[in-house]
Amino acid sequence: MELKELYQEIILDHGKNPRNLKKSDNFNKDAAGHNPLCGDKVHVFLKVDENNKISDIAFEGSGCAISMASASIMTDLMKEKKEVEVKELVDDFLEMIKKNPELKSKILAEDEKTKLMSLSGVKKYPMRVKCATMAWHTLTSAMKNSNTEKSD
Amino acid sequence: MNIDNIKKQFPIFDNKVQNNDLVYLDSANSSQKPKVVVDRIYDFYTKEFSNVGRSVHYLAVAATNLYENTRVMVQKYINASDPNEIVFTKGATEAINLVANTFGQKFLQEGDEILLTELEHHSNYVPWHYLRRSKGIKIKFAEFNSDGEVTLESIEKNITPKTKMIAITHLSNVTGAILPIKEITKLAHSKNIPILVDGCQGAPHLKLDMQDIDCDFYAISCHKMYGPTGLGVLYAKKKWLDALPPYQGGGGMIREVKKEGITFGDLPNKYEAGTMATAQVIAFGESIKFLNKIGIENIEAHESQLTQYGEEVLRKNNSVKLIGSPKNKGSVLSFTLDGIHAHDIATILDEDGVAIRAGHHCCQILHDKLGLSATARASLGVYNTKDDIDKLNESLNKCKKIFDR
Ligand SMILES: Cc1ncc(COP(=O)(O)O)c(C=O)c1O
Repeated sequence: MELKELYQEIILDHGKNPRNLKKSDNFNKDAAGHNPLCGDKVHVFLKVDENNKISDIAFEGSGCAISMASASIMTDLMKEKKEVEVKELVDDFLEMIKKNPELKSKILAEDEKTKLMSLSGVKKYPMRVKCATMAWHTLTSAMKNSNTEKSD
Repeated sequence: MNIDNIKKQFPIFDNKVQNNDLVYLDSANSSQKPKVVVDRIYDFYTKEFSNVGRSVHYLAVAATNLYENTRVMVQKYINASDPNEIVFTKGATEAINLVANTFGQKFLQEGDEILLTELEHHSNYVPWHYLRRSKGIKIKFAEFNSDGEVTLESIEKNITPKTKMIAITHLSNVTGAILPIKEITKLAHSKNIPILVDGCQGAPHLKLDMQDIDCDFYAISCHKMYGPTGLGVLYAKKKWLDALPPYQGGGGMIREVKKEGITFGDLPNKYEAGTMATAQVIAFGESIKFLNKIGIENIEAHESQLTQYGEEVLRKNNSVKLIGSPKNKGSVLSFTLDGIHAHDIATILDEDGVAIRAGHHCCQILHDKLGLSATARASLGVYNTKDDIDKLNESLNKCKKIFDR
């Protein structure tokens, strides 16, 4: 039963056919995220205009169905969002994945919220939470244009 | 050999995991523990506990004897020539770090080469990487072939006059390839190069004879051998343990300590600084008794049969692609499943009580070469049966169903 909640049709759909999976042309901010433990990789590209609004967003990457679906849904929802809205949505999503039963933000329409809530199934799988959150942390880094990868 | 009777000796299988019977296919990661081992830890702490080697009271003497007794059991189990060639560590990782650190300190200089293989677990690469940074040594990797094997030729090709150590796995924890370590040792010695074998996956499954293999160092992970966690063994030839400097400093490993200087203790104490994992060492004695009672030859035969069966079943499943097909293969089945990421597989299998591992299994070099970020791995132990393989296959088919919706 819980498996069905985790692997909902919408997740499988976005996982198999991720939207915005390409390198965006003339992006001006980007960041890469990597979870070496499971091999998930995501690179988020943004075009942020002079009003601090995301005019274009895309990602490259590979990984499990959850991480791909999360990046796909996220990039869909972030188009045309202002920096403050992006921050609010990211925080709201992360809080929901961690503990909140619902999304609180008023920014999204009901159908958009439903789409995003499809990822809430990972709550029951602590080892998989990172799969759902990586794209979102990477988006935050991209907004700051601070690449987090380190190597020694 | 009656597997049902063997399985009954492992209490973990008495319990349901999320309402399922446990199908444990992650023994290459860590094996389950027989009741005798668990009981031994309890009994030691409740009836016999004392620190070893420090005090002269009754319990301390008895504990010291038990501790040293396991050393002799390990010596006999791997047919080392002297119990002082057995050093207890916190794991195979520490055993390899001990060698890399002390050997590096004493014998390595800038430009010297260490030869590893592309199959190595991170714990047989990272410790050498430290020497790359601190001493400027070079690390070379002998390649594996399309079957996932490292051959004698591939090792030979990479040896140069600068090669100062060969450090290789006995049995790959991803492809299952068993390396010809006796032949490689012979080759190494013909060129005066010492050899370290990462025996983590070898020791639980293969009959070991240090005097026959003749390697200089052999690292063992006790928690993969039906023993407790927090414990490993470094086998090292006595000439090396005498020649190398101590690793960590502290109590127990010294002879005399003065303000002006320190002299170090004799083997095996020289390398066992501080209070050791006493209860684990003593309980590991029971693991060895357990293995001896069944007979490692019988375990080898059982696991080899089961591996073959597993390969057959998975090959018949058109969606599954096995990683590596070495001719000489240990009980590891790594695979990918059509378009489904290993972590999704592991999560779905888990729902059926089938415990496998997903990821790079601490072998990123290997996965990079294969162009894979992750694989799924089913690995076997003495308690596994054909039934477990069938359940694995059923669950894999369920994965397909979920993803093909
Ligand atoms: C091939 C190999 N080498 C080294 C290790 C590390 O062993 P330990 O856990 O005892 O440090 C492992 C276990 O994960 C292994 O499979």
